Amino acid sequence: MIYLDHNATTPLRPQALEAMLPYLRERWGNPSSPYRFGAEARSAVERARARIAEALGCQPAELVFCGSGTEADNLALRGAAQALRGRGNHIVTTAIEHHAVWHTCQALEREGFRVSYLPVRPDGVVDLDALTASLCPETILVSVMHANNETGVIQPVERIAALTRERGIVLHTDAVQSAGKLPLRLDRLGADLVAFSGHKLYGPKGAAALYARQGTPLAPLITGGDHERGLRAGTEHVAGIVGFAEAVALASAEVEAEAQRLGTMRDRLERQVVAAIPDAAVNGAAAPRVPNTSSLSFRGIDGESIVLGLDLRGICVSTGSACSTGDPEPSHVLLAMGVPARTAQGSIRVSLGRETRTDHVDATVQALADIVERLRGISSLGGEAA
Amino acid sequence: MDDEPGTEEQGLPEMAGPVIYYNETVLEHFVCPRNVGQLDDQETDGFGLVGDPICGDQMKLWISVRDGAIARIAFRSFGCPGAIATSSMLTELADGKTIEEAKRITDDDVVEALGGIPERKRHCSLLGVRALQAAISDWERRRAAGDGRP
Repeated sequence: MIYLDHNATTPLRPQALEAMLPYLRERWGNPSSPYRFGAEARSAVERARARIAEALGCQPAELVFCGSGTEADNLALRGAAQALRGRGNHIVTTAIEHHAVWHTCQALEREGFRVSYLPVRPDGVVDLDALTASLCPETILVSVMHANNETGVIQPVERIAALTRERGIVLHTDAVQSAGKLPLRLDRLGADLVAFSGHKLYGPKGAAALYARQGTPLAPLITGGDHERGLRAGTEHVAGIVGFAEAVALASAEVEAEAQRLGTMRDRLERQVVAAIPDAAVNGAAAPRVPNTSSLSFRGIDGESIVLGLDLRGICVSTGSACSTGDPEPSHVLLAMGVPARTAQGSIRVSLGRETRTDHVDATVQALADIVERLRGISSLGGEAA
Repeated sequence: MDDEPGTEEQGLPEMAGPVIYYNETVLEHFVCPRNVGQLDDQETDGFGLVGDPICGDQMKLWISVRDGAIARIAFRSFGCPGAIATSSMLTELADGKTIEEAKRITDDDVVEALGGIPERKRHCSLLGVRALQAAISDWERRRAAGDGRP
């Protein structure tokens, strides 16, 4: 199997698994228990928190452990919206967010908040003029993702932070697709709330975190005990948190070298695809992108058919975000970039990772060329402008 | 699910989540679709085109009619694996049938012949049926206008 869907999930690093095992075997105590056996688990959680804080440049107390990136996004958006309700009811986000943010904003609309969904330019970068124009005295929260899950396009979060900070608006960014892929420093990024997840960076599923800058107003979604400073009740997933921290520390140590390696392979993939396959396009190529992600469009054929064709040859890629696979609607991200609906329907996402080698890339391009040719031989759109 | 015997046979999970699993028959028709192509103008007695011109799946279907029966059938399809496989199976069901028999082919017939299709892909099977009906209507129009073959 050639796995090129690392934006969906990544394999668990052996070191992360090793770090987790003691907390699944002998050290299974409850971190909230009042005896030394519990304190052992508590200490593991707090050491993990400190490791992540050091690796990403924040204070340990600014990290709230959650069960998933989606939960972290929910805590950020619903938690800040509820805490700030007395100050205003306007939220600003973009047309290209992951469903975790997009559908949560829609839910907040049903609760009476007004949400502006900002357009993006054809290169996939949010329009900063539109963002500035959308801010008003009622704006309490801005949420702009750091790197897009489908195209990899990086949003100018630092510049957006300058706009929100001077207006006293809380800024959230979904960094699930950038953490582990870019050198991430939370103290320099400028966002008040940052969501990131373990299983996207070779940690375990079920462990994620929300960075909440000290003093950021936030109400809990899950109430109960006083876990996570009252922001997320529930007994901590100790082993998951330990594995998550191990993965974050390892990813941070090697992020620059790995980014360069992946970027070189991604560029090789795109060069070969465009050379070998007529009417192929790379979406978001003009913008800065995380180095592992490639969004490719092929005229006249359907993305799901390409994905199945590759699957039958043992190659895993995706049509878009894993959450929307099977959705008959073309990617909202590509449509927001102005890609025509039929072209968006003929798109796939290839995302490289730690175990990807050059020969995987070359084999994938070869298989892709065969499949595209075969599907175009079936297509009713042959020869027409798609 | 009752309508997905194929996925059960393979021991795959039911289609509860976002992922779509196709059975072996559907996969086989996706990999080797029958009757792909198009008939040339002299051979074509009826042509059907269904699907939105801007977005979504699209299908073109050609029939050649001899003595009130479908003598040749061909299709081209832009769409998901479900659309390609159901189009292929539809042409296999319609090939050789009399026009009256072909008119009675339903999307359920196509799905049944494939041994089931994921619920979210059932709409695909309608595309082929509608294209066939459009091609038959075209044949009837041409015949009424006196430029079609019987």
